Amino acid sequence: MISARSIGNAVRDVLPRLACTLRPDVEAALKNALASEPSARGRRVIEMLLENAATASSARVPVCQDTGTVWVWVELGADEPAPPGIAAEVDEAVREACRAGLLRASVAKDALLDRSNTQDDTPALVDVTWREGAGATVHVMLKGGGSDNASALEMLPPSAGEAGVVDAVLRAVEAKGASACPPLVIGVGVGGTFDTVAKLSKRALLTPLDAPTPDPSVRGLQERLLGAVNASGIGPAGLGGRTTALGIRVLTAPCHIAALPVAVNLGCCAMRTASIEVSGA
Amino acid sequence: MPEATRIVLPEEASVLRTLKAGDEVALFGVLFTARDATHVRLADELERLGELPYGLAGNALLYAGPTPPRPGWPAGAVGPTTARRMDAWTPALLRAGIVATIGKGPRSEEVRLACAETGAVYLAAVGGAAALLGGRVVSATTVAYPELGTEALVRLEVDGLPAFVAIDAEGGDLYAQAAREWRVPSG
Repeated sequence: MISARSIGNAVRDVLPRLACTLRPDVEAALKNALASEPSARGRRVIEMLLENAATASSARVPVCQDTGTVWVWVELGADEPAPPGIAAEVDEAVREACRAGLLRASVAKDALLDRSNTQDDTPALVDVTWREGAGATVHVMLKGGGSDNASALEMLPPSAGEAGVVDAVLRAVEAKGASACPPLVIGVGVGGTFDTVAKLSKRALLTPLDAPTPDPSVRGLQERLLGAVNASGIGPAGLGGRTTALGIRVLTAPCHIAALPVAVNLGCCAMRTASIEVSGA
Repeated sequence: MPEATRIVLPEEASVLRTLKAGDEVALFGVLFTARDATHVRLADELERLGELPYGLAGNALLYAGPTPPRPGWPAGAVGPTTARRMDAWTPALLRAGIVATIGKGPRSEEVRLACAETGAVYLAAVGGAAALLGGRVVSATTVAYPELGTEALVRLEVDGLPAFVAIDAEGGDLYAQAAREWRVPSG
């Protein structure tokens, strides 16, 4: 049995590290980009990002002042019942991290009716789903507002095909990529429905950039997308260069015979995610 | 990259006018943080008073909402937020005497023209480098709107905060130039 408390504790334990350290695969990709980036200004920006990562982890200061909305996705083992009270436990962990100065209070009470700050960075966003196997996997992401604002969703006709997907990604990057803190990490969801494709694109951001993509068609698409995005010239910090994205991950899903939903989730250079295994008591 | 130009604000603000889009600067002296909710308040006060409140005339605004302070880190982690959200208010603030704005990302044509009209500049700081930038903050004092939390108007003293000239005083735009320069021509 997985308890809500054990999930809350997993979030509580990971938040300080998540706020103050760059994901290792992202840091490695930045180091590679420093060697390959032809723009001197672009290299200067990447140097600052690497110095920032070193300062943040050694001083235990957040890598970015926008510690984002906290998204927690709990994948429960197939036979695990949903433990009651997960959201309350997660919110308490977020509250504590906010009080400790590791998270900025970045949540408005209501998007339209009351924009006053909740002052403790709650509520967090919590999803619960089931997967094969035992125990639970707890994914945590701190998603900055600037990069989320630059994300996009399009309902394409099936005839648009892969070329349509590539165009949708390029449209999103060209429209707002320069404001989303490039070099970007881009999550693309293809399939599902209007509501689920956005979630798919967010889950795509959890995949480490150095993890192999098993499906050769998806791998090919990711490579073509990365080439096209980096040809945009937007570059590090949007100030020009050939490193607009560090990596692109695509997740696909079944969909209606009439549909080709595409969601493009632009992640910033401070892509902060962690996935933790929790075992039952 | 040529050496960054060192500028003490607000005393040496006139130097900003001599810079060109793409130049790197190292900022010293005083900046004021202001982001979305701060701008709503400032615009309201500007309209009521007919001039900028809190001695802001002649000063620079940093679009940022810091994390909570901690020992040795007066403004915690602090870095630029997306500037275009402030575009609607910026021309009026520049005409009232703001000499520079600091944020990230491209601005509207109205802001570019207002820079050229008033001789103000827009500087781009690097998004995602908030520990590095926060380490250049010497002091932080809340000046107004403490109830806005991270969106309060805060006076920062900085020591070598790095940024790039993104829109110069003649309206030259680094974002437009950079995309032209580095885009791979489609074959």
